[in-house]
Amino acid sequence: MSAHHHDHEFYIPTGSIWPPVSCLGAGLAALGFIAHLHMQPALIGNLAMGVGGLILIMAVFQWFFTLVNEARHRGFGAGMVPLVLDLANRYGMIFFIVSEVMFFAAFFSAYFFLRMHNPEWPPANIKTLPIDLPVINTLLLLTSGATITMAHHSLLTNHRANATLFTFLTWQLGIIFLFCQGFEYHHAAYTISSGVYGTVFFMLTGFHGFHVLLGSLMLMFLHWRLTKGDFTRHNHFYFEGAAWYWHFVDVVWIGLFLFIYVL
Amino acid sequence: MATAAHATPRKGFMYYLTTVNHKDIGRMYMMSSLIFFFLAGCMALVIRAELAEPGYQFVDGAFFNQMTAMHATFMIFFAIIPGLIGFGNYFVPIMIGSPDMAFPRLNNWSFWIMPFSAMLMLGSLFVPGGSDAAGWTVYPPLTSAAFSPGAGMDMWILAVHLAGASSILGAINFIVTILNMRAPGMSLFKMPLFPWAMLITAWLQLVATPVLAGAVTMLLCDRNFGTAFFNPAGGGDPVLFQHIFWFYSHPAVYIMILPVFGMVSDIISTHSRKPPFGYHSMVWALVAIAVLGQMVWAHHMYSVGMSIPAQMGFMIMTMFIAVPTGIKVFNWMATMWGGSIAFTTAMKFAIGFVILFTIGGLSGVVLASAPVDYMMQDTYYVVAHIHYVFVTGSYFGIMAAIYHWFPKMSGRLLSERIGRWHFWLSFISVNITFFPMHFLGMMGMPRRIADYNPVYADLNMLCSVGAFIFGTTQLLLVINILYSRKYGKKAGANPWGGITLEWTNTSSPPHEHNFEKLPVWNHDEAYPVELYAKTKPTV
Repeated sequence: MSAHHHDHEFYIPTGSIWPPVSCLGAGLAALGFIAHLHMQPALIGNLAMGVGGLILIMAVFQWFFTLVNEARHRGFGAGMVPLVLDLANRYGMIFFIVSEVMFFAAFFSAYFFLRMHNPEWPPANIKTLPIDLPVINTLLLLTSGATITMAHHSLLTNHRANATLFTFLTWQLGIIFLFCQGFEYHHAAYTISSGVYGTVFFMLTGFHGFHVLLGSLMLMFLHWRLTKGDFTRHNHFYFEGAAWYWHFVDVVWIGLFLFIYVL
Repeated sequence: MATAAHATPRKGFMYYLTTVNHKDIGRMYMMSSLIFFFLAGCMALVIRAELAEPGYQFVDGAFFNQMTAMHATFMIFFAIIPGLIGFGNYFVPIMIGSPDMAFPRLNNWSFWIMPFSAMLMLGSLFVPGGSDAAGWTVYPPLTSAAFSPGAGMDMWILAVHLAGASSILGAINFIVTILNMRAPGMSLFKMPLFPWAMLITAWLQLVATPVLAGAVTMLLCDRNFGTAFFNPAGGGDPVLFQHIFWFYSHPAVYIMILPVFGMVSDIISTHSRKPPFGYHSMVWALVAIAVLGQMVWAHHMYSVGMSIPAQMGFMIMTMFIAVPTGIKVFNWMATMWGGSIAFTTAMKFAIGFVILFTIGGLSGVVLASAPVDYMMQDTYYVVAHIHYVFVTGSYFGIMAAIYHWFPKMSGRLLSERIGRWHFWLSFISVNITFFPMHFLGMMGMPRRIADYNPVYADLNMLCSVGAFIFGTTQLLLVINILYSRKYGKKAGANPWGGITLEWTNTSSPPHEHNFEKLPVWNHDEAYPVELYAKTKPTV
């Protein structure tokens, strides 16, 4: 699939069907969601949402595997990845995380605004959850931040088995975090519709949880790619991108822990 | 000339569906933008037809409300922004000496999500209950489930989500392209002003659009899943929505004008055969506008009950924006001063832009004053202001860019004879349409209402007559494009004698990968004066 144009040093990929197919999936899922909310029987909407979602996921995976194959075709040794491509990937990931930060900023500022404008916080009808589980969750995520760094260090020093092991531990910690979060949701005495506290609690922790899920999926792929022999200490952009994303998810949690649970 | 285009086989639907070529994607953006300009323009004419006389003539109030919301939504999200992104897509890589964007497949995604977004948005007009009828600003509680129960409002929200995703990923693409793929030797401060403007715009899109996504997600959840962000019954606050919404939507105004600033700088410079006056001040003015623009969102909501110090702060910051904007306006004049000006249609639209945008900028300073805004808010003065910024600003800038760069894209010049009619009719009718709105506003006519007190009748008729002349005049552009792409004069590589890379280093239309040989920038500045000796206008 890859195409080097030898008349210039830049790398231009070939056209691909997967971007427009993923657009089709997203469009269909959006339409299905509308039908799900507003149309009877519910089956039509659910079906469209399911099919759209599947097309979207499949297309994104295919797109991703195309990139993996191209990377393998290029090789991971020193000097095998054009600098311009490596830099583009890094810049791209950084700016993607910036956009995610701004998405969370919207929700955090909504939280601060609502908290400031309510005379009593938490509101009288809310019985807040004990702090034990969030503390455990914080420790889980902080530990996972350490394990991913150890995995990175292992890769840089050519200890491949250790890099794989620590990556495995990292996404395991992410999944355990999600289970704890689910347990906490199950035992909450309020729901998303019990007024403004339930709203901000579930929306902020919910979006964070969704990002933990995404980050864990990225780390699972990383694990898979490490077992397949991808990456060397010279070239492992995907490793770093996934690690950056994981640290971002970690930092958001610390914000949530401080402002929602502790203060 | 133009051999590259003729040598390649005919490009079919599958080619365009999967293309990663920034010029094809740019052209698709521009074409869809043009379609939506006309669609949203027709909606504007429905509004003006209804407002030509007091009372109800053609449509009922409910449909009128949907028209005001849809006109703005389509113009902003599907005409102006994608139109500018289209020009950016086509010309930024060429102007910085790159063969393509940094992420060509992502570029393809950013375009092809737009038809689905547009389908949802357009479809919302045809579902029971109709579309968003609360303006493009979708303030709750008007848009809450209680007052807008239909599917249309949710379709509006999801369409904005999809368009927003396109915007964010497109912004990442632009930033990375400009930071990473400039020709060897072209440091940031040796880059032409249009790529600079696109860089700053992309930054605004990157940090502001996710906030809009947050705002409409909250609205969606409030409507459907029982959350209470904006519902006072649960402890929420509708004012919160206005804060978050304007945190995006004020920068969005700059997203729609900063690229035009860049284009106009390049166009005025080229047609005056002089480097832009005060290049560095032009760049820093763009940065200043972007930074200030992110800190002034609450000037859209003085009357919601903010504290006086907060109003003062937002008012002063807003008025500060007039400083960098003024720098730009004076620099454009100084660029023309002593230049060898060719009064082409592109240049006429650019000069028209400078004159009329200044009116829009000045009425902005008037509205920025909180005490005045208490009188003017939600009147036609606001409508006049925003249309002087968007129509005589963004739209005139885009027209200048079309006349300026069409020869590069097609290899043929647009007809100057049709262009002359297009410009003068537009220039006159746009003022007939929007200038009287200042007076209507000061007389107290409220906006977004289908009926009005008969004392406003004469000026409204004048506005409507102007609007229909303006709308019809724009057909001249389509005629000009259709005619000139076949029968126009051959342009040659550099018809205007420009000195930026798209004129000096590639044919018209450019090669598939833009350049025979990747350019190297050996000059000390972005607009080296010595290059004017080597280029001559050929028309």
